[in-house]
Amino acid sequence: MAEMMYREALNRALFEEMERDPLVFVMGEGIAERGGSYKVTEGLLKKFGPERTIDTPLAEATFTGAGVGAALVGARPVVEILFVDFTTIPMDMIVNQAAKYEFMSGGQGQVPMVLRTQGGAGNGLAAQHSQSLEAFFYHIPGLKLVMPSSPHDACGLLKSSIRDDHPVIFIEHKLLYMTKGEVPEQEYLVPLGSADVKRSGDDVTLITYSYMTLKCLEAAQLLEKEGISVEVVDLRSLKPLDKETILASARKTGKVIVVHEACKRGGIGGDIAAMIMEEAYDDLDGPVSRICGKDTPVPYNVELEKVCVPTVEDIIEGVLKIV
Amino acid sequence: MAKKTPSSPGVDEKILFQMYRSVYATRQFELRCIDLYRQGLIRGYLHPYLGEEAIAAGACAAITQEDYILSTHRGHGHCISKGADLKMMVAEIMGRATGYCKGRGGSMHIFSKANNNLGANGIVGAGIPLACGAGMGIKAKKTNQVIIVFFSDGAANNGVFGEGLNFASAFMLPVIFMLENNHYAVSTPVECSFGNCDLACKGPAFGMPGIGIDGNDALAVYLTTKQAVERARKGEGPTLIEAKTYRHGGHHINDPGLYMDQKRLAEWKERDPLKLLRANIDNEAEKKRIEAQVDKELDEAIEFAKNSPQPSVEEFLAGMRNF
Repeated sequence: MAEMMYREALNRALFEEMERDPLVFVMGEGIAERGGSYKVTEGLLKKFGPERTIDTPLAEATFTGAGVGAALVGARPVVEILFVDFTTIPMDMIVNQAAKYEFMSGGQGQVPMVLRTQGGAGNGLAAQHSQSLEAFFYHIPGLKLVMPSSPHDACGLLKSSIRDDHPVIFIEHKLLYMTKGEVPEQEYLVPLGSADVKRSGDDVTLITYSYMTLKCLEAAQLLEKEGISVEVVDLRSLKPLDKETILASARKTGKVIVVHEACKRGGIGGDIAAMIMEEAYDDLDGPVSRICGKDTPVPYNVELEKVCVPTVEDIIEGVLKIV
Repeated sequence: MAKKTPSSPGVDEKILFQMYRSVYATRQFELRCIDLYRQGLIRGYLHPYLGEEAIAAGACAAITQEDYILSTHRGHGHCISKGADLKMMVAEIMGRATGYCKGRGGSMHIFSKANNNLGANGIVGAGIPLACGAGMGIKAKKTNQVIIVFFSDGAANNGVFGEGLNFASAFMLPVIFMLENNHYAVSTPVECSFGNCDLACKGPAFGMPGIGIDGNDALAVYLTTKQAVERARKGEGPTLIEAKTYRHGGHHINDPGLYMDQKRLAEWKERDPLKLLRANIDNEAEKKRIEAQVDKELDEAIEFAKNSPQPSVEEFLAGMRNF
């Protein structure tokens, strides 16, 4: 095992996949010479050249659509959109093209494209650079959706996403890039659609993903001191969704909270809570609850920003309410 | 009888016959589909390519089966001219299991992998970014293919038009932008929606040739496209061709097109693409042979589609993916 930062793990995945398959290429804004805003694509230009490490014009709709077109003729593009907030610009290419092409062509036109982007609050970037917009993509049939929380999962899931024959929306979190974790030295994959029980427990289940996984683990550790045993299920990929792992944990503890940074209204938490109640109602001790971001644009001021996103204290309070 | 156009010299007879087959087959195909629609055998939207047939016929005669095209919602002519099977086309438009897209796409989404037709598109302008991507994919695969993307004057007012032309030019992609100026975006005339109605001149603005031609003259389309294809194959980059034409009716089958200038329509009908091409081919016997062959193929195609099964609901539901 080697210790590695999340951004380094992503970089490793890109290196390995580009080395393995000459049809894999990356494109986005400032990703070549500059290596990307978070250094995820650093070194790719030197190793693979400008034909496969492509700085695009600032034209998100066109370069995302170009990813779809390249995939249709057999290439395997990894498109980077700087902020998930900017995915609103190429939304037609994502929703009406990438997600639909294979279906509406009767299976003839596959789109093996990965769209990498990052979201989340916490860096004082205000309302247009801090959103958590995964529910957009969760809602659209035809898109896979991956949101890893650890360097290990980031590398293994990105590699699996690149090898997948369908469009994958891969959302990183800006506060995770510098976090560290153990990563195997040997090449490995993490399959899409498998959740990971990041901490085993008996009293309460926290279902979460991306950066909130770290907050849930912190809360679980503190609650252990109070004698409360918390299980933390990191979904890792939201589509396909690992219902089995979710339901097994819900049946085990009987008490479930879904935790995510995105706004509560219309969020993924509501869907997962409903699914658990539909399928495991008899095994629950009470309703599934949600701890989510506030239904507001994210403000600039640090104190205002803090209250918009669930904190460790919020999670502890939520758990204490139901145990 | 229309006069011979000045653009006819030096064109191989085989090409003339190929174009004649395309124009005639498209004309008859659309007329027969209108009948089928009126009989209730086709549902949804149907956008006839009547009056515009020469553009697809000329453009597709200038490329090979290995080259790609991207089509539009008004796409039957592109599909036929690229060599599609009429049986599978009619079956798709009638929503049958034997259609190109297994009845999932319909008229607006026919995709024919066997002919490297990357599909028609229900979103105006969306083919433009996809074509850029196909161009990138061609470069990644290091083949000598090109792609022709068909789109309308309406699409030329969409943001991806400017973005896409710039993108293809910046990366010297092997793309031919075939702007079918039929003078109406649904019902809005070009004169009311452009600050500059010379659409070909937008090519040089993005660093590529922009050539305006008579889109009703299949020979002119063929010869101009051929030059653009040669340029693209030599790695000299994209070309914009504005092929001027005129719809013979409203936007779709249920739009009588009352907003269209009847005098102007009559003038364009005088220059009907089928009439013009007929006048350019002296071999009467071959024309008759082609017509008889197409008529027979169409009879068979319609019979085939009528006798084809509906897609299985059970199979559809069972094949639904969990993402």
